[in-house]
Amino acid sequence: MTTGVVKHRGSALWIAAMIHRLSGLALAIFLPFHFLALGLAIGGEAKLESFLRWSDQPLVKFSEGGLVFLLTVHLLGGLRVLAIENFDWRDGQKQLAALAAAVSVVIAVIFLVRVF
Amino acid sequence: MNVRLYLWQRATAALMAPLVLIHIAVIFYATRQGMTAADILSRTHGSIAWASYYGLFVAAVSIHAAIGVRNILTEWSPLRDRRAGQFAVAFGLLLAALGLRAVFAVVLS
Repeated sequence: MTTGVVKHRGSALWIAAMIHRLSGLALAIFLPFHFLALGLAIGGEAKLESFLRWSDQPLVKFSEGGLVFLLTVHLLGGLRVLAIENFDWRDGQKQLAALAAAVSVVIAVIFLVRVF
Repeated sequence: MNVRLYLWQRATAALMAPLVLIHIAVIFYATRQGMTAADILSRTHGSIAWASYYGLFVAAVSIHAAIGVRNILTEWSPLRDRRAGQFAVAFGLLLAALGLRAVFAVVLS
């Protein structure tokens, strides 16, 4: 029984579902800090500017690239889920999931190239 | 997850898909030549369009994330349904409050 339950783990679509869940969780943890950062503008433009200059550090930029990846992969993974649930089943779901991950990596890399 | 929560999560997901696409485009546009507070605030200050866009985004993401967090807590933590629900509501309200404060900060302050 247990073997049957866990057998699917490690399959491409199980990994896709796990990436969707973990990216959503990471974005949920990030959001309050994102909102707090933007809220610095209440104290004046200088406070927000000071934070933005702090965010010029390479490590912060790399983290932002990671966030762009998480946002894109969660969006594309979510669109795949909505399509599966609302339209006729189409084959090639594993390829679609892999394409979503690949597109997300490309978008994040393009972001990093632009900010560095 | 009950049917009501399932529908709310899927509806907010469908609503947010175009909002996220626009957000990613804005991120790329804003970072084209470094990003300054003056650049950001000159675009957003007094803009009803940006206030509406980000206000809607904050409302949708607060609901969507709260339901997602509730599902994860129910499945992956020892919390019971009721406790997970209470935590999720508190988290959703926190996101909504901080998000609307952020919208106020960049549009109205």
